[in-house]
Amino acid sequence: MSEKASGTEIPVGPQHPSLKEPANFTLTVDGEVITGAQMKLSYNHRGIEQAVLSKSYIEAIYLLERICGICSHAHTSAFTQGVEELLDLEVPPRARYIRTLIGELERIHSHMLWLGVAGHEIGFDTLWQYAWRDREIVMDLLEEITGNRVHYSINTIGGVREDLTDEHCETILEGMDDLAERIDFYQETVPNEETVRMRCEDVGVVPEDLAREYCAVGAVGRASGVPTDVRKDAPYAAYDDVDFDVITDDRGDLLARTVVRIGEIAQAIRIIRQVAKRIPEGDLKASAKPPQALLAQVPEDDVVSRYEAPRGELIHYVRADGTDTPARVHIRVPTLANWPTVVESLKGSYIADTPIVVAGIDPCISCTSRIGVETDGNHGGENAFDLDELREYGIEWYDDRSDVERPSLDGDERTVSGGTRGDRA
Amino acid sequence: MGRIIDWARNRSPWILHLNCGSCNGCDIETIDALMPRYDIERFGIQQKDTPRHADILVATGPVTEQMAPRLKRVYEQMPEPKLVIAAGSCASTGGVFYDCYNCREGIDDVIPVDMYIPGCPTSPEALIDGIVKLLAESGKEAQAERLAEKKPEIVEEGTPIDEAVPKEPDADRTETDDAPQEGADEPEPVEV
Ligand code: SF4
Repeated sequence: MSEKASGTEIPVGPQHPSLKEPANFTLTVDGEVITGAQMKLSYNHRGIEQAVLSKSYIEAIYLLERICGICSHAHTSAFTQGVEELLDLEVPPRARYIRTLIGELERIHSHMLWLGVAGHEIGFDTLWQYAWRDREIVMDLLEEITGNRVHYSINTIGGVREDLTDEHCETILEGMDDLAERIDFYQETVPNEETVRMRCEDVGVVPEDLAREYCAVGAVGRASGVPTDVRKDAPYAAYDDVDFDVITDDRGDLLARTVVRIGEIAQAIRIIRQVAKRIPEGDLKASAKPPQALLAQVPEDDVVSRYEAPRGELIHYVRADGTDTPARVHIRVPTLANWPTVVESLKGSYIADTPIVVAGIDPCISCTSRIGVETDGNHGGENAFDLDELREYGIEWYDDRSDVERPSLDGDERTVSGGTRGDRA
Repeated sequence: MGRIIDWARNRSPWILHLNCGSCNGCDIETIDALMPRYDIERFGIQQKDTPRHADILVATGPVTEQMAPRLKRVYEQMPEPKLVIAAGSCASTGGVFYDCYNCREGIDDVIPVDMYIPGCPTSPEALIDGIVKLLAESGKEAQAERLAEKKPEIVEEGTPIDEAVPKEPDADRTETDDAPQEGADEPEPVEV
């Protein structure tokens, strides 16, 4: 029986109980042990990078915000920081503090959400309900400050749109006191709780050399002992004015990631307290001119902007061509950097551990979805296009399509299909 | 018999949540409705993992080309009678993703929708309110249908349906009534 090295293939997804987003895995198993894994992540591909090219810089903020509902502030901040650099705008300190504050509130909300989902994946629903209940403290604060629970839309080019009042600062401090108590509780109980230990210890291990080789970012990297954090390495917003520690661990397993994330919540509370106490007076925007006037003259240039999103380092690349719309926006999200470590750590673990190993990197599929183009292999090398061929292929494809009013449902697997490689065409 | 089915359906609708390419915003809010703060489970509403157990499909997102056939398949797998809620602006119309090359224009491009809940994202309160209204509405419809079957003359004569339905005592709807409310209203009792 054991000769068959390839084993059985088990497809999982796209609609499946464990993650809230569509993803499809093909696991190759030998008995109960996984020997190989393949992923198809493109179910959420919407074509935002293309759509943003037809929007003005201001409209683009709100479109890019909707890449992901969990780290919306990360995307807008990365984009606005990039455009500000292009325009050479100096963001006033008060605005930088407000950005930091919202960013850290968002980090707490994202990590609490993860803690809950991780609890759910290991069958520990009590933790799920606890974590999501305590998360409401942050959601309420965000709603009070910005007016919305999920898409805060507080960034604009050159500053922020809403001010923080003194009452806000007080409610924030009160909320943080409540939350800090809960986080102390989690810090004490979660890593010592028997259920969590049994499911997480030595599961999905990513050793340091593997993390470095695959360039793991965020909490995944930090839990494997790679102390990368854009907030420390290349401070933006107000991070050079506040004190905080980069939490690391060297075990590299799921328990380490849990510990790191809970530790980061504690650090975020520390940052928020400092911001709420020390926020300087001043303007909210870099310039009193209406943004349209500024943005009519974005110089021809390109910029790479980095931001430490809750899941790790987020990179936005913006190229301006002197008009009022961007010429190219490219986004490298942290989840994309962390996927290879999942494939590696899935190999050799049990089928039953799949959900928690996958959830362990806190995947955000709506950020990550890209599309690979399947070709007939006649273009250049094997399945490879150069830019002109791609353009030609695109024009042909759209011509074919224009005959059909709406693509029919069954013929859907035409030319686009999933793949982790490749770019958004 | 019809009354019993209606009663059972209206008391504990099981929902299936399906992400059709949304940004996660509406999804976390939908799941949030199940959490202790909003806790729709106290009304018997439960999140189910398989379409075969679900009564209500809560679909979010503008429907990407990749998800369209899957959405259709999930819809077909649900047993009758089934209801569909499009949660969020982009599920209703395409929202910000209108005109993206890989997106349809909302759920109703693919399957019939019974209720649209706008908002970007829809708040859990809105979602709960939507489910309750949808149930009330569908309860009324089923009632009218049965009535039309039994007593065609009433409907033909144009008597308002509400008056034609005999009032029932409140006996069977006390269980859920004592929990203190936050945000959401009590589900409107549906007359059976
Ligand atoms: S309606 Fe808004 S929050 Fe909801 S999925 Fe669409 S973009 Fe996201």
